[in-house]
Amino acid sequence: MKRGTIIRIVLISSYAIFLIVSWISGFGPGKEISRNFGSFSLEMLKILPCAFILIGLFETWVKTETIERHFGEKSGPMGYAWAILLAGTTVGGLYVAFPVAYSLYRKGAKLSVIFTYIGASAICRIPMAIFEASFLGIKFTAIRLLVSLPLVIITSMLLGNYLTRRNYKLT
Amino acid sequence: MIYLYIFTGLAVAISLVASRGKTFNAIKIAIRRFVNILPAFLIMLILVSIVLFFIPDEVILNYLGSDNKFIGVLFATFIGSITLMPGFIAFPLCGILLTKGVLYMVLSAFTTTLMMVGVLTYPIEKQYFGANVTIIRNTISLLIALVVAVITGLFFGEIF
Repeated sequence: MKRGTIIRIVLISSYAIFLIVSWISGFGPGKEISRNFGSFSLEMLKILPCAFILIGLFETWVKTETIERHFGEKSGPMGYAWAILLAGTTVGGLYVAFPVAYSLYRKGAKLSVIFTYIGASAICRIPMAIFEASFLGIKFTAIRLLVSLPLVIITSMLLGNYLTRRNYKLT
Repeated sequence: MIYLYIFTGLAVAISLVASRGKTFNAIKIAIRRFVNILPAFLIMLILVSIVLFFIPDEVILNYLGSDNKFIGVLFATFIGSITLMPGFIAFPLCGILLTKGVLYMVLSAFTTTLMMVGVLTYPIEKQYFGANVTIIRNTISLLIALVVAVITGLFFGEIF
């Protein structure tokens, strides 16, 4: 077994033991932590199965050429537009965006588009933006989007091109 | 949320009609991908549950409402980076903070780092992109959040 795997197993099992002992002995903080764990797990279990099924369908049905044409090296500015549009409809958050981005990459999307997608799905998911605007006002949300989105695109281009020049590959 | 289920259901149904074999293949890929990343998710959930215990809402309220606005922004950046919250918790919380007089630029630093910078999602991001790229991306995101906060402050007249 690799060292990382062993550390993980030790970490996870000691966490589990801590929670069990907390419940038996009525240790308040332990109970609180387990409640946090439960509610967050539930939240993710609502989204993740759907997300991964859609990823599976995407990988079997969508042709590599299609992704290469719209998101790949020769996609031009439209590649970024598509990435942002796709990000706007992504659910969850970064933890869903990463596996989706990985699938896009495997189908031939270029790195700068991938990073744009990740950044955009963090900041401009449409349902989230609407929700945000209802609590903090449209002006706040508009400033946030108009400032952060261009920065995300520019930095993604820089990072993507830099990594491509360095011959970086995802495993 | 319900739309996600409807959409996924429809997609699976259409796929089944088009090709049974390909659909099973897709499900197999879905399960394999999910199982592969599950340990990283578990680590993230453990971290989240512990961090949220140490940083409850009252603490956030205390630090973000600091009299010194730049300290407020720095704390907001820090707390936003190391925590992870779904939007339906984060934005109502921000709404409350706003009524308590917390500045827009502080809230902007908080929400933007909350969304873009993921210290807790590090285990997952690293698994896909490697440690170096993960650190670079998060650093860039942190800087973007600071720029956004400053510009928000300018527009709301909070800096001068």
